[in-house]
Amino acid sequence: MEMRDREGNGNSVELREVTKRHGPTVAVDRLSLTIRKGEFFSLLGPSGSGKTTTLRLLAGFEQPDSGEIIIEGRHMEGVPPNRRPVNLVFQNYALFPHMTVAKNVAFGLEMKGLAEAAIGPRVVEALEMVRLAAKQERLPAQLSGGEQQRVALARALVNRPAVLLLDEPLGALDKQLRLEMEVELKALQERVGITFVCVTHDQEEALTMSDRLAVLQHGKLLQIGTPEEIYRAPASAFVANFIGVSNGLSGRVEGIVGQHATVAVEGIGVIHAPAVAGLVAGAPVLVTIRPERLHLARGPEPDGFQNQVSVRVAKTIYAGNETQYLLTLPNDQTWKVRIPNADGAAKRFQAGESAYLKWRTAEAVLLPE
Amino acid sequence: MKKSFPWLVAPPALTLIFLFGVPLLLVLAVSFASRGTYGGIEWALTFNNYTSIVDPLYLRIFWRSLWLAVVTTAICLVMGFPLAYVIARAPQRRQGLLLFLVIIPFWTNFLVRTYAWMFILRTEGLLNQVLMALGFIHEPLTILFTDWAVLIGLVYGYLPFMVLPLYAALERLDRSLIEAAWDLYAKPVQVFTRVVLPLSKPGVIAGCVLVFIPSLGAYVTPDLLGGARTMMIGNLIQHQYLVVRDWPFGSSLSFVLMAGVLAAVLYYLRAGGARSLA
Repeated sequence: MEMRDREGNGNSVELREVTKRHGPTVAVDRLSLTIRKGEFFSLLGPSGSGKTTTLRLLAGFEQPDSGEIIIEGRHMEGVPPNRRPVNLVFQNYALFPHMTVAKNVAFGLEMKGLAEAAIGPRVVEALEMVRLAAKQERLPAQLSGGEQQRVALARALVNRPAVLLLDEPLGALDKQLRLEMEVELKALQERVGITFVCVTHDQEEALTMSDRLAVLQHGKLLQIGTPEEIYRAPASAFVANFIGVSNGLSGRVEGIVGQHATVAVEGIGVIHAPAVAGLVAGAPVLVTIRPERLHLARGPEPDGFQNQVSVRVAKTIYAGNETQYLLTLPNDQTWKVRIPNADGAAKRFQAGESAYLKWRTAEAVLLPE
Repeated sequence: MKKSFPWLVAPPALTLIFLFGVPLLLVLAVSFASRGTYGGIEWALTFNNYTSIVDPLYLRIFWRSLWLAVVTTAICLVMGFPLAYVIARAPQRRQGLLLFLVIIPFWTNFLVRTYAWMFILRTEGLLNQVLMALGFIHEPLTILFTDWAVLIGLVYGYLPFMVLPLYAALERLDRSLIEAAWDLYAKPVQVFTRVVLPLSKPGVIAGCVLVFIPSLGAYVTPDLLGGARTMMIGNLIQHQYLVVRDWPFGSSLSFVLMAGVLAAVLYYLRAGGARSLA
């Protein structure tokens, strides 16, 4: 049994055509995806995208209406949560309020029937891993939010599950703590080598921590890949938007010459962009440019940029290392642009000023609409 | 905090002082008096009313009352817990309706409902007819005017008092805690004993107190369903006041009952229930 689990194809979790309905709504719609052993995998999507339902299907709290779930080579049909090789870190942590930190962490091992002598050292080890060994006699209510979250992690990891499921693990933490925990969580995952499956609606979190991620919408898989693949080449306008590209121009393909496409945008003019497969002249497309790839200049000189649009600065937000500008385009669209502040204060623009927004053809991504 | 409107407390405070506190003191005073020849009260300080309780006849009645109250509480707990759990886990919209069904019996006078039980439990009653028609028994069971009838009546009467506090405790129980225990390899029974039960302890204690106290002092139920043979303390006290016309002895019995209840409640609170009533 142990041997069969360990061989196989290097996959930790496999979903095959999984569908789950909640009344009339289809929460998960024929979802198929494969999660590799030891990878940090994120399910990213807005609320109602089916990501939490997927996690609950993996944990065993819900059963799929159709399709198969395979964890570590074993079919999970009819297997209740207490007999699955997975543990879940709940969004609200769900620490047992009537038990001390140590008792919380020991719970899973106790239920597994481990000898008391074996439980103690593992509890201490798990708490040391999250740097909470000093607080093991506290009750959960006596801990801060960040500490509670680390107890929840220790309580799950102490069982050495094949897969650790995390439901919005950083959602309840304040921003500073969240940034720290993103790094810490990823480091922890690399250290323990356990497959992490993390549900989040925060694209930044997903991009920072994941080895690979899946973007979901309405229970369907939109795109799966490494953060870089998804960020560089979003498969659709929705993914591009959700992953943090807020700047898009809707237009029609005018012409395609080899790797180069021209797009006519009403009120703006002609935009140059790299052609993508399947593009035909006359087709409606969305041209997206990442906010950090845009340049803002006072004059209309090309300076090596193939595209430029005259804009008016609507708002300036100073954000330490960068300045965020809200720019009004000739077609009355508003774009958000981030310019590093390293260039010095003299070059910053003030609200009301006119400017030119420029970018290289290679920085644009065409998405069929 | 300064505007606490102390005068708002005056009406209930005065009601309690004059209609509860003063009569209670009168009963206390009477319990140290003695019975006059024709049933009156003779004001001569005596402890006879208390010492004469230590008679096997009365002790047996105390013991039976205590026993019936404990069994009633236990049955209510065992029956009420699943009921409260199901209501607390029902969809939010349906919880109101289910709670409403639990308290619907309160719409009818308790006396009327107890008479209804007499019709159900008597020898030619509904229960015996149904059981005989179904072939479970061949001759009618004698239930009415036994301890069984009293027990059935008490459980019926006080079950809602167990269900309501249990519901309140279980409704507050975070569902994800149950899932967390399940996820951490707990079998359903272990989920219950390790997580659900400890976290609903305040409700269990409140429910037990609310069922135990009125069961111990029950009067109508044993009177109607228990008949002459099953007397509880409540009936004994009534008997002393209205039949024997020995008010001093009835008063001392009342105070012993009250002291017993107080001791039981204090024990409960010391055992961890203080949080539940705070």
